[in-house]
Order: sequence, then C-alpha cells, then structure tokens
Amino acid sequence: MLEFRTALNEALAEELAADPSVLVIGEDVAAAGGVFKVTEGLVDRFGADRVIDTPISELALAGVMFGGGIMGVRPVVEIMFGDFVPLVMDGLINQAAKYRFLTGGRHGVPVVVRSAVGAGGRFGAIHSQNPGVWLHGVPGLKVVCPSSPADAKALLRASIRDDDPVLFLEHKRLYSAKGPEEEERVALGSARVVRAGSDVTIVSVMKGVGDALQAAEALAGQGVDAEVIDLRSLRPLDVATVLESVGRTSRLVAVEEGARTGGWAAGLLGAVAEEGLDMIDEVWTLTTPDTPIPFSPPLEDAHLPGPGHIEASVLEHLRVAA
Amino acid sequence: MQTTATAPERAGALFDDYVAMLRIRGFEEEIQRQFVKGNVHGTTHLCNGHEAVSVGVARALGPDDVFAATYRGHGHALANGVEIGGLAAELMGRATGTCGGRSGSMNVIDRDHGLLGCFGIVGGTISTATGAALALKGNGRVAVAFFGEGAVNQAYFAECLNFAKVFELPVVFVCENNLYGEYTPWEQVTAGLDICGRAQALGIPAERVDGNEVPTVEMAARRALERARAGGGPTLLECMTYRLVGHSRSDPATYRKPGELERWRRRDPLVLARAALMREHGMDDDAVAALEKGVEREVTAAFEAALEAPFPQAQEVAHA
Repeated sequence: MLEFRTALNEALAEELAADPSVLVIGEDVAAAGGVFKVTEGLVDRFGADRVIDTPISELALAGVMFGGGIMGVRPVVEIMFGDFVPLVMDGLINQAAKYRFLTGGRHGVPVVVRSAVGAGGRFGAIHSQNPGVWLHGVPGLKVVCPSSPADAKALLRASIRDDDPVLFLEHKRLYSAKGPEEEERVALGSARVVRAGSDVTIVSVMKGVGDALQAAEALAGQGVDAEVIDLRSLRPLDVATVLESVGRTSRLVAVEEGARTGGWAAGLLGAVAEEGLDMIDEVWTLTTPDTPIPFSPPLEDAHLPGPGHIEASVLEHLRVAA
Repeated sequence: MQTTATAPERAGALFDDYVAMLRIRGFEEEIQRQFVKGNVHGTTHLCNGHEAVSVGVARALGPDDVFAATYRGHGHALANGVEIGGLAAELMGRATGTCGGRSGSMNVIDRDHGLLGCFGIVGGTISTATGAALALKGNGRVAVAFFGEGAVNQAYFAECLNFAKVFELPVVFVCENNLYGEYTPWEQVTAGLDICGRAQALGIPAERVDGNEVPTVEMAARRALERARAGGGPTLLECMTYRLVGHSRSDPATYRKPGELERWRRRDPLVLARAALMREHGMDDDAVAALEKGVEREVTAAFEAALEAPFPQAQEVAHA
C-alpha cells in the first residue's frame, strides 16, 4: 500500500531524476523536508541547487517562479498552507496564467504550485481553506486536487510535465491515507468514476471522495445504489463524465468542502443544467455554511459535510423525490 | 573588472544614442497623436524624458541578456530592438502587432529581443527578472528589471532584493526615479528617500546616477552587468530622471512644482545628447536636422503601415 505523502515524494523524486530543469522550492522544503514531510530526503538525493529552501516571501516566490518558468526551469513551488495562496495570486493570475495567450501560444510557464489545503485538522479559519475556488475561474490555469495516493502520484507527475501553470492541492487529512499502487498515467482534466451506481451520482474531490464512498456504502445497506465521481481537477472540469453518469442516475449531488456561494459545486450544477436539463430529476449541492471555518472541534465537525451528512442528504432528497 | 568604453568609442556611439532616443521620442509623440485620434485604444503611459535610461542600459546588455519592462515600456522595448512597426501596430490592436493585438501597450512581450514582458502591476518586473536570473545563474547571462521609484514601496522590492542577494542571482535592478508615482511626489510617500540605502542594507551594491545621460547610465549598467556575470550577484541602479509628460492618457500633470518642468526640459536627454553630438562629433545644425528628419520618416512610415494593417479576425477570439 502507498501512503499519500510518499506518493507525492516519489512523484517529485521521479521528475527531479527525469528532468534536470525541475526544481523543488519553498519554505523548509530542503533541510526540514517540508512541514508535512512531503519533500523529505530530496535535498540529499538531488542537492541544494535543485531542492531549495527560500525566505518566507510568498509574493516573491510566485513572481520569481514565473520568471524562472519562462526562462527554462520547471519550478515546483510549495506554498505551505493554501491560506497563503492569496499572496501568490499576482504571479499566478496576472503573470503565469496569461503568458501563453499573450504570446500567441508560443511560450508557456511550466510552474506547479503545491499547497496543503482543507479543514478538519483544528487549524482554524486561516489554515484550513481551499484556495481552489478562488482560482478555478482563471483562464490559463489548471487546478488539480487528488483524492487517492495513486492519483496523487500520477497527477503530480502530469502537473510537473505540463507546460502551463498548475495549482496542485493536497488535502491535509489525506497525507497519511493509504491506497493501492497503480502505474496508470492520468491526463489532467479527467474525472474518474470510483464507484458505479444507478440511483444517484455523488461528485466530490479530495477528502470528499472518501467521504462519499463511505456514504455510498452506508446507503447501499438502505437500498440506495450511489455512483461516486472524483473530479480530480476543478479546472479543467470534466463535465462530460458527470453528464454521462447523470444520464443514468438522473440525480446529482455535488459535495464541496467550502461555501456554496461562488464554489465549484454550484458551477458544476450550472454546467450540467445547461447541457442536460432534460435528463435531470434533481440536482443539489452539499456544502459548508457561508461562514469562515470555526476552530472548536464540535463546531468544525458540524461545519464540514462528512459521510453522515452526505448519507442523510441523499436519503432526504430521494424520499422527497419518491 | 570594470569595462569602460574609450573616448573615441563613445564619440561614435553618440550618434547611435541620439538616433535611438529620437526614435523613442518620435514614437511616443506619434502614439499621443494617434491616441487623441482614437487609433490607440485604452490608455497610454509615455516615457518622454526617460529615453537615456532605456538606451544606456540597452547599450550595455549582451545579446543573450533579458529584461522585464514596465507599463511605461515603449522605450525599453524600442531601445532593445523591438521592431517599431510591430509595436505601433500592437498599440493600435492590429493583427500585425508584436503580440498580434492580444497584449496592447501595457503587456507587450517580445522574446526574440529579450523582452520578457511589460508589466502592468507595479513591481512585477522585479520578481520576473529575479526569477529569470534564477534560471540563468551560472551561464553568463543576466536579467534586468526596470521599475519606477514607486515600486520600491511594493513588497516585491523587499522580498525579491532579499531573494536575489541570498542566492547571488545575476540580476540588475534599474530604478527609474522620475520623482512621481503616478500623481504623487515621491518624497511625500517614500520614507528615508534613500533607495540605494535600502539595497545596501541587504548587502547589494547600489549607485545613483544621472539618468538623463546615456554614457553615464551605460557605464553604470556595464559595471552592474559585469558583476552579475562574474557571479557577484545583484546590483541596484537608481537613475534620476523626469517624466516630461503626464502619467497616462491626457493627464495634464498639474501637480508639478512651479518651474520644475522648465528646469528638467533644459536637461532633456535629447537636448543633452544633441549638444554632445555637435560638440564631440563636429556635426552642425543642418547635419543634425537631416538626422532628425530621417528618424521622423522612419517613425511616420511605421505608423502608416500600422494604420493600414488589418485588425485580428473576431472569430479568433476564443483561440487559447
């Protein structure tokens, strides 16, 4: 079995070995091996010129990686917490994401920004957010968000090999998760049906996928056959796979660890409605309340849509629909 | 090692310096005319008065060096060989523009001439050149960031100068201090009034030079570039200059202090270069006027061609 953080470490090591232009760079990524131990041992294998500890200067880091990316290096930047992503938005949005378009397709910016995201760890309001929803509307950028160790490895490798900027989100509650090893190559922007079912389609990303699978098992015992889809990236958004599923189930719930307003779940429902309204019996979102993330354990647990919430929500909607 | 051009070399270069600055000034004046006519869209940020910084640094750059320019970047681009007709067409949104009309004035990119981009975010050049230098370190190439004195109060300045020094990156930070950040006098919003001192506090060599004299800028840039190439890390140059036009579009610049514009007009880099050319090159008024006429024709032809060039096809709008 492969651990999520080991999968990421292996992906970085394999890409560092495969391509001398790949750099791993960020705060405490070299000597300390990363605060979540994702980059452990890399500096010993690849040297301090390629695995680089930087000052605590996120704004500079993003801009610097843009400048490096357009001049031939492939930087993989670690932004310690997703909540620090606002500091890198100028480099990512205003610079890296525009460059290929403005150069008529000639010059990409092969930068990956990795960041630890998500709630449930009692980190409080400003170390628990998902920055993907702030950035999934930016043309020119990809937002990748794996749910399993095998996907984490395959998607990180694909992100590093991509010639355009990628925001790569790692859910903090998944770092110690274990799963089977797979040698599959995964293209960015392809969702995956992780559980086949016929009554309802549950769509999520990252930790939400495991929660949805747990809910689906519980629902199976109550006569509800749920299909679970892992989007694997918020941009590109694989609407086709979701539409194909909804064509069979006619019901869709998008489970998002984040607020409903402006979230990816609402956007997905809009895209599905635009193209598949005639085959839908019911669509809804299951999100957090429109508030910041609370600290106290009972408050944080109530804030997040866990397996029990998903199960209850599906049952409630199917009963109403029946 | 300090590279210093000999006196005869400089005398020969004066001719080229003047032509290069005339081309920039002519371009900016024509852009203003076309803007008023509605042929240049959106906004403009003209660099009249800054020409000697662009030309002086360009003289010192090697063919494989790169630079990041500001939204007041027409001079940076033209001095480094960006084709004038393409730049004019770009500002008028034409298909034949440097970026096919996708970029416009504030975002021009021309990698064939070392231009990493023009940046509409104040200080964006600083991080871009620092990052380029990270990629170029050890191979003898250097990255240059142009920025105004207003950018020294952006976080980019503090973060990237530190970053560049920590990793001893081959980058030259060229601050064009034109005394105003948009409409606000720099002394009103800049604590300490010591930009070189900020760099020196980080161990970065810095010098303040007369930014209206090409030879002075060129010599300072050569010293900085040599240091960077030799592995000596970053340098900051503060080039003192003055914007002879408003900040953008039709800004009448009513915030100027009494007599200030007149004083700086006497130190207009083109006035200084013209006098030097006549003094040291032995040219008379007629000879210089003929030279000026030639550049004027070049600029006029570039704009005529740009005005006749087609706009991009609307159906190309969704092409990524």
